[in-house]
Amino acid sequence: MSSFTIYKRELTSYFAQPTAYAIIVIFLLLSMGLTFSFGNFIRVGDSSLEWTFFPFHPALFMLLAPAVGMKLWADEQRTGTIELLGTFPVSTWSAILGKYFAAATVWLVALLLTFPIVLTVNYLGSPDNGAIFSGYISSYLVCLTFLAITMLVSACTRDQVVCLIVSVTICFVMLVCGWDGFTRELSKIVSPATLEAVVTIGVWDHFTSLNRGLFRLQDFVWFGSFILVCLLGTSAVLSAKRA
Amino acid sequence: MIEVDTLTKQFGTKLAVDQLSFTVKKGEVLGFLGPNGAGKSTTMRMITGFIPPTSGDAKVCGISIVDRPSEAKKRIGYLPESAPLYNDMTVTGFLKFCASIRGLSGGAKKDAVEKAIETCFLQNVARQSIDTLSKGYRHRTCLAQALLHDPEVLILDEPTDGLDPNQKYEVRQLIKCLGESKTILFSTHILEEVEAACTRAVIVDRGRIVADGTPAELIEQSGTGSLTDLFRAVTTRDTEQAA
Repeated sequence: MSSFTIYKRELTSYFAQPTAYAIIVIFLLLSMGLTFSFGNFIRVGDSSLEWTFFPFHPALFMLLAPAVGMKLWADEQRTGTIELLGTFPVSTWSAILGKYFAAATVWLVALLLTFPIVLTVNYLGSPDNGAIFSGYISSYLVCLTFLAITMLVSACTRDQVVCLIVSVTICFVMLVCGWDGFTRELSKIVSPATLEAVVTIGVWDHFTSLNRGLFRLQDFVWFGSFILVCLLGTSAVLSAKRA
Repeated sequence: MIEVDTLTKQFGTKLAVDQLSFTVKKGEVLGFLGPNGAGKSTTMRMITGFIPPTSGDAKVCGISIVDRPSEAKKRIGYLPESAPLYNDMTVTGFLKFCASIRGLSGGAKKDAVEKAIETCFLQNVARQSIDTLSKGYRHRTCLAQALLHDPEVLILDEPTDGLDPNQKYEVRQLIKCLGESKTILFSTHILEEVEAACTRAVIVDRGRIVADGTPAELIEQSGTGSLTDLFRAVTTRDTEQAA
């Protein structure tokens, strides 16, 4: 119940200020712009959106997901409202979940608003809508992972700019670690075991397999456990800061 | 009532609160005095459950804040030092949020918010956004938040700090009036406030109690008839500490 109260407050706060609108509009413009330019949407004729639309999402989330999540705890610590929250009869977990789901809802809205592209491919061709749905799930899971990382970083600092820079950097590293060009170069200088360890923290492999419509348990476990570890870390950092 | 039993807080090598023990009974208004850095806010933060004590315990209405924090927190109304508020909300919106988090709903929530607005004279700004409020109104909004659930215990950290003389007078009268039916612990730097609003006062210095008694007893103890002289005699000055 208290989680829901906090969720409602956070969500209202996103939409009462320009933050959510600005981020959603930028996301829509960039994702569509990239689809029609670098994605060659018209020429490729990929109706499942697997190559023309979804592959750009992780890079966009890398930049924009931290912008949504950076205020979650940093702002509470800067303004001192964390002291109010800490003395209300609510657990730290209710606050963490309420805030996390509010930020996740902003991104759900952003992704749902890309629906015209789905209508377009259905009008132009006969796509496998199941594959498109799976693409959306893969894209949303990457976004949720980046949000969880941002939340953890946000608990560590009271400065939103520091939070943004650190979170974007971590997300960037996670993207690069699974990128073919990078792993090819890396394989020349490190042992296969080290290479595998590096690739494991990369988000790309899990994203592409789901995006291709391949529901592998390991991908869901990877995303789920990564998010859970970040939320547990947030709780630990918040407790440690008060002690 | 509040029972503080050998409460201790250590930050690294610095001992902020050193085995502090005192009791505040129902119907008593205890003034918590001391120089900056004496450990007043730290003590209050421990009693309200915001930070855990290194050792010792505080009981609110017989409930330990260490063992059953969420039960104890329900009985406390707390005004933190800087009166932190969510700037993106309106006064009424903020109070409604605090009431929901305190478990109030429907008619009870509406009545509680209306009563708190009336008690703290917030009618003129009820629909205004919090970031446009003056310091006096911000303080009173945060005080209203502490009164919403009609708590048995009120803990107010410098409730008159930064207010103009009229507002100070009003807040003192309010504390006096509330003190008849509740247990109040409030900290202050202003020694006249002790005579104006407290039934008892303690002076803390470097985390320990150095004087305890009714305002009349403390004035007598000073020998010169001035609380300021007593305060200067029993507390350590910053300049002495540095020397």
